[in-house]
Amino acid sequence: MNFIPLWPPGASAYSHQIDLLVIAFTVLVVALSAPVFILLLVFIVKYRRGKEADRRHAPDRNIPLELSWTIIPFVALLGFYIWSTDLFARLYHPPADAMQIDVVAKQWMWKFQHPEGQAEINELHVPSGQPVKLTMASQDVIHSLFIPALRIKQDVVPGRYTSSWFVADKTGTYRIACSQYCGSNHSEMTGSFVVMNPADYAKWLSLSSNEVNLAAEGAALFRSRGCSGCHDPGASVRAPSLAGIYGNPVPLQSGEIVIADDQYIRDSILLPQSKVVAGYQPIMPTFQNVLSEEDVMKLVAYVKSLKQAGVTQ
Amino acid sequence: MTDVADPKLEEANVGRVGSTETVAQRVSYLRAGHSLKSWLLTTDHKRIGVLYTLSITFFFFIGAAAAALIRLDLLTPAGDLMTNEGYNRAFTVHGVVMVWFFLIPSIPNTFGNFLIPLMIGAKDLAFPKLNLLSWYIYMLAGLFTVFVLIAGGVDTGWTFYTPLSTMYANGNVILAASAVFIVGFSSILTGLNFIVTVHTLRCPGMTWGRLPLFVWSIYATSLILVLATPVLAITLVLISLERLFGLGIFNPAIGGDPLLFQHLFWFYSHPAVYIMVLPALGVVSELVAAGAHKPIFGYQFVAGSSIAIAALGFFVWGHHMFVSGQSLYASAAFSFLSIAVAIPSGVKVYNWTATLFKGHISLDPPFLFAMTFIGLFVFGGLTGLMLAMLAIDVHVHDTYFVIAHFHYIMVGGTISAFFGALHYWWPKIVGRMYSLAWGRVTAIFFFIGFNLTFFPQFLLGYLGMPRRYHVYPPEFQVLNVISTGGAAVLGVAYVMPLIYLIYSMRYGKPAPNDPWNATGLEWTTPSPPPKHNFGALPVVDRPPYDYEIEMRDEHV
Ligand code: HEM
Ligand SMILES: [Cu+2]
Repeated sequence: MNFIPLWPPGASAYSHQIDLLVIAFTVLVVALSAPVFILLLVFIVKYRRGKEADRRHAPDRNIPLELSWTIIPFVALLGFYIWSTDLFARLYHPPADAMQIDVVAKQWMWKFQHPEGQAEINELHVPSGQPVKLTMASQDVIHSLFIPALRIKQDVVPGRYTSSWFVADKTGTYRIACSQYCGSNHSEMTGSFVVMNPADYAKWLSLSSNEVNLAAEGAALFRSRGCSGCHDPGASVRAPSLAGIYGNPVPLQSGEIVIADDQYIRDSILLPQSKVVAGYQPIMPTFQNVLSEEDVMKLVAYVKSLKQAGVTQ
Repeated sequence: MTDVADPKLEEANVGRVGSTETVAQRVSYLRAGHSLKSWLLTTDHKRIGVLYTLSITFFFFIGAAAAALIRLDLLTPAGDLMTNEGYNRAFTVHGVVMVWFFLIPSIPNTFGNFLIPLMIGAKDLAFPKLNLLSWYIYMLAGLFTVFVLIAGGVDTGWTFYTPLSTMYANGNVILAASAVFIVGFSSILTGLNFIVTVHTLRCPGMTWGRLPLFVWSIYATSLILVLATPVLAITLVLISLERLFGLGIFNPAIGGDPLLFQHLFWFYSHPAVYIMVLPALGVVSELVAAGAHKPIFGYQFVAGSSIAIAALGFFVWGHHMFVSGQSLYASAAFSFLSIAVAIPSGVKVYNWTATLFKGHISLDPPFLFAMTFIGLFVFGGLTGLMLAMLAIDVHVHDTYFVIAHFHYIMVGGTISAFFGALHYWWPKIVGRMYSLAWGRVTAIFFFIGFNLTFFPQFLLGYLGMPRRYHVYPPEFQVLNVISTGGAAVLGVAYVMPLIYLIYSMRYGKPAPNDPWNATGLEWTTPSPPPKHNFGALPVVDRPPYDYEIEMRDEHV
């Protein structure tokens, strides 16, 4: 029966945990529904109209029974709820040392950016055994990055960064799909997910061309797009220095304090008036129609790379 | 060709109508006027129920034709029958027509209209003219939609997600949204009418504790219709404004939020799934009690669970957005509430099972459809629970697994209950019996066809085939071919009743007042009922489903 695949391949420890949960839940489903199906059949056979049977004292209610078939399934489900919510929560907590890969989705292709600068389209190469964090942005409509072999998917939403992470541990080539309907060629927005052992991955990296890395490309953009005119320490316009801000709290004009994460930096570039830093005028222009999602990601990578040195170079 | 439940009863029913009646009162609603005008301007709830039945059947077959195209196209991985764009338009037609012009109005507008006054001992609904108006609104919106969807086409899917629908989609999004907007008014008017009717027109003795369970479920459904539909209307207006004027409500480039749309949409559309399934639950309660010839087990629990489902149904919409980027805590809360709402649904299934215990069960078509319903509903409900489990949903969300789940619960559930209702009340509606044997065959075809069509889709989803997919990897072909084959069997089950029911209208034996030997006020009037339902105002002095008295001396 090899021509009907009945179970998808799994490429991570997490995927096996999901399979286990699904199988256990299926057992519960059978346990909760078997009494119904068996009893229906038994009663239909036993109490056919016209057939002799003892029908005296037929109950029409029984509170303890009704309470028990309400409460017992509920308690069983609560157990599964905890199990499944715990697994799900892990997707929100990537390890600190995860390798960063940026993803840009657009009608109808996937673009992946490796930290060393390699970009690939509709193909994602990752090393096995290494946590990988994906930071995703969409250029147009909502897409959804779906990697069945990892049992994960995450919507990619225009206007915000979403993320997901995994540790793939089985080398091989698997499918990538877009699972959020995104227009005409939705079903052709596919790709391959290639898990390589770390040595092969290093070799692949070195063979793929990359003159500069992401942060360096961002640095070039920072100058060519005129950001440095205001944000460099020597600039005449009063604008906050960006050195070392990544990951640290920033006080805003509104009195709020936000952490400068990817989303904050992105918003500051594209919607500069929405979160003005305390003590500064809202004079920064928007770069909304000037920069592509890839450009923004490069700039974010550059800002991230700035250490607490006091200079933006 | 037909076997009426019990010929003795047929005789007993003759002449049971009150002797104070005039001849005019005894003329059946079908014979009170033969002209087209007497139908198109009628305010009789029974005739309006018939009008709805005809129009809903019409829209159903349009939706089904689109489904047939989709399934045929999916026979091959490359989707050779249509272009990508054509395929997208086909599933949009299918979704829009099936959801808004079949599933939502199906049982409430047909059987609700026909039965509620009969079941509570009233002459008509509270607002008969409003009732006719809501049918006109429905027809107008329906014909307009079909025109828009076939002539111009829309490729957004029935969910209209932004910013695809507002900025990128091709086709007449605004016209399609307007059609759905208009049909919403029909829903609201019908819901209001039912609520007022149940509150004010119950006959003496018809207390809330004696209401048939079908009336309870329609009452709960009407509450959702009235409270949720306006949210849909607002959402559709926002989409149209955004598309026309680029207001930026959903456009992130100018500070809008694309996820806002999903919140608004599901705030209506999740309760809407209960609009589709609650009436079915009510029908099945009636069919199970009549089929088993026993009072329903735990009447209070079953009635109360309808209201509980309607109320809780408003707090689970976020379970459609677990991978949208919503916060962990929101997802955890919605997951918990979704589990909670499943419990009252489960309760009903256990109660129906217990009802059969020590019953007098006859395997008539209505009962077989009720059993089909239970099978599909249990399966659909339990797989819904899997989707409510966060970690599982992440994998199967937006795949064929979800398609299978909601077809089991909404489509299988609604249609098996609709067919059950049709086979149960048909003798009352047209005054003739149909072939019970053919009814049984249809129920079996339906059950087999349905499972063959949709069960493989659970596997396809778990294997990773996303929904709304025109082109798919070749390894999924076998399961898709099985599914298409099943759809053919299912199609036969849809067409068969059309033949023998229409045949029965002319050649069927005249139906007695109460062919199933069931309880309920609707069985005390002639079949078909006279224009004003009852000769004299009925008075109720017994609990609902009072079967024991009739059956007590028949068998031990
Ligand atoms: C009782 C009648 C039910 C109906 C009519 C129904 C209907 C639906 C529909 C239409 C969808 C698909 C929405 C879409 O993505 O287009 C859906 C999805 C879903 N249903 Fe149900 N459902 C029912 C019961 C349940 C139950 C009992 C649960 C859980 C306890 C449940 C949980 C879910 C979840 C979590 C989803 C989202 C799946 C996803 O999009 O990934 N449903 N349901
Ligand atoms: Cu996409």
